[in-house]
Amino acid sequence: MRVLANLSNLMIPVFIFYIVAYGFAAKTPVYDVFIKGVKEGLKTVVGIMPTLIGLMIAVGILRASGILEFWGGFLGNITNPIGFPGDLVPLTFVKMFSSSAATGLVLDIFKQYGPDSKIGLMTSLMMSSTETIFYTMSVYFMAAKVQKVRFTLSGALLATLAGTIASVILAQSTYSLLF
Amino acid sequence: MLNYIWAFMILVGIAYGAFCGNMAEISGGVIDSAKEAVELCITMLGIVGFWTGLMEVAKESGLVGGLTRLLTPVLRFLFPRIPKEHKAFQYISVNFIANILGLGWAATPAGLKAMEELAALKREGEKNKNGQLQDKICNYKNCHGIKQKGDEQKDTHLDIASNEMCIFLIMNISSLQLIPVNIIAYRSQYGSRNPAVIIVPAILATLISTLTAVIFCKIMDMGRKE
Repeated sequence: MRVLANLSNLMIPVFIFYIVAYGFAAKTPVYDVFIKGVKEGLKTVVGIMPTLIGLMIAVGILRASGILEFWGGFLGNITNPIGFPGDLVPLTFVKMFSSSAATGLVLDIFKQYGPDSKIGLMTSLMMSSTETIFYTMSVYFMAAKVQKVRFTLSGALLATLAGTIASVILAQSTYSLLF
Repeated sequence: MLNYIWAFMILVGIAYGAFCGNMAEISGGVIDSAKEAVELCITMLGIVGFWTGLMEVAKESGLVGGLTRLLTPVLRFLFPRIPKEHKAFQYISVNFIANILGLGWAATPAGLKAMEELAALKREGEKNKNGQLQDKICNYKNCHGIKQKGDEQKDTHLDIASNEMCIFLIMNISSLQLIPVNIIAYRSQYGSRNPAVIIVPAILATLISTLTAVIFCKIMDMGRKE
């Protein structure tokens, strides 16, 4: 019954093995190159640290004020009957505008329900299956000096919707197989 | 954008907290969240650092280059009108591979270059149409009363996205990432018994959003002229 979980667990070790073996066979100085890459990664994390501090404090304030429960309960009345937890509605919207702001909400969900809960699984899948729409569009179209985006927005919204529905259904159907 | 979202979260939170008498909880929340953000970054330093190191090995050893070649048939299907040797094609390959491997910092620069090249490609295409299209556009704009300033007159039609640009961006937004490293790191920080367990369902969810995007793009690409 744990095929899915086992397959997931297999991927990372196999991935690591393959990349190191390939690099070694190609006579790449694997360790030196690895260390160089780690330095880049550390810079990335340190780069997002101010954002994380700022947004986690903002979400912390929202959480402590009690308004998230209020919204969640309110929206849940509408969305729960179709199998979509109300707590995920704010996340779905924020995710379209800013992935770092969404991260703040995700961590809040993990803290409250635990990453291994059904809603935690749903959140993980939702965050994995789509990217931030408006940020990506504004940065990329700015590079091409484009103002009329034609069918980009409708396609992006459709893909996000498909990813969200898939996440909910997959989380509902695979939860018992994974945990 | 974030200026609004951030201010909104803080102002609404404190106002609602004052209304409900949760001010003490908010004070505690601020301090706890700040501490938590730093703790999270420490976990991230290890996991993301390891991943970027590994990806550097994949890049240096030529594995990423090989994957780019593997991707060519898929890209030809998505972008049949981009000449194979064109720079745009190469940048798109690098961007897609970087996205698939979860190398956000490598995907964005290549993506920006791809957009610039697509814009250049569009400009070349316009030139080859013996100015016929240009006349049409000028007529269209006159009919619809769109203002044109002398200098920008030639370039105004260039601010419309080409089919290739739309498809490229939709593919990026539909997410191509195979292993969601950041989410795994967050899950691990918040005490998941098995943080990586989400990989297979996450790949399925990504596949569904991406396939939907591909179908949509092919329909739009066939149905509409620029």
